[in-house]
Amino acid sequence: MANPMKIRAASKDGVTEIKILMNHEMETGQRKDSSGAVIPAWYINEVKVELAGKSVMTAEWGPSVSKNPYLAFKVKGGKAGDKVVCTWTDNKGDKRTDEAAVS
Amino acid sequence: MNTNTKRFDRRQILKAASGLGIMAFGASMSPMAFAAWNKTAFEAKSLSDVYGALGAGSPSNSGDVQIIASDIAENGAVVPIQAVSKLANTEQISILVEKNPSALVCLFNLTADVLPEVTTRIKMGQTSNVTVLVKAGGKYYTATKEIKVTLGGCGG
Repeated sequence: MANPMKIRAASKDGVTEIKILMNHEMETGQRKDSSGAVIPAWYINEVKVELAGKSVMTAEWGPSVSKNPYLAFKVKGGKAGDKVVCTWTDNKGDKRTDEAAVS
Repeated sequence: MNTNTKRFDRRQILKAASGLGIMAFGASMSPMAFAAWNKTAFEAKSLSDVYGALGAGSPSNSGDVQIIASDIAENGAVVPIQAVSKLANTEQISILVEKNPSALVCLFNLTADVLPEVTTRIKMGQTSNVTVLVKAGGKYYTATKEIKVTLGGCGG
């Protein structure tokens, strides 16, 4: 099971800034190990973010998003205490969901 | 560094974005399904193949789309990049790297509540043009910026 994400969300002047740092190898499938065998691709390909129970953004990613992906964006609305829920799915079907409260 | 001169006025963006929310837009967009991963687009090698797979046709260049990133990335494995759109009704923001093995890096579907700017970190195999593709009001627009990479990020 993958490691937890770090999610920070802060509301200011009616806009909530959400920052997410995920924990994932994001292996491209281009690299080779020491014996020359190709390391199979392993990366997050779908991300979904909800704020206060409402889906605000979905993302589709390829393998060229950096290792331990970082994502930041801003949403109108949201207040302190609202829940931010982020779910990712990788190309092996592994999933992880984490949540944090808006501060 | 020219990053600072490109910084936009946050109040303007807010104003533009709140206008955007009022437009008859929210209702059709809100129950957004978890879109299936677009395999064809992510496997496409060239920019035009990606545009084709996304149904973008031949997007036009727009000054309202901005890429905020430094001109030189020391480490191609971690290139911080911010994509900003000033276009009304921005629905989708994608980041493409022309010389990566597959051009499309990431694609964000934004609801009407999200301000049209996303920040993330991408990998770049070598110095390349980076293109941000924005879908706004059903039309596609791009902006391109060259980022020099001194150390590759794709197994190099």
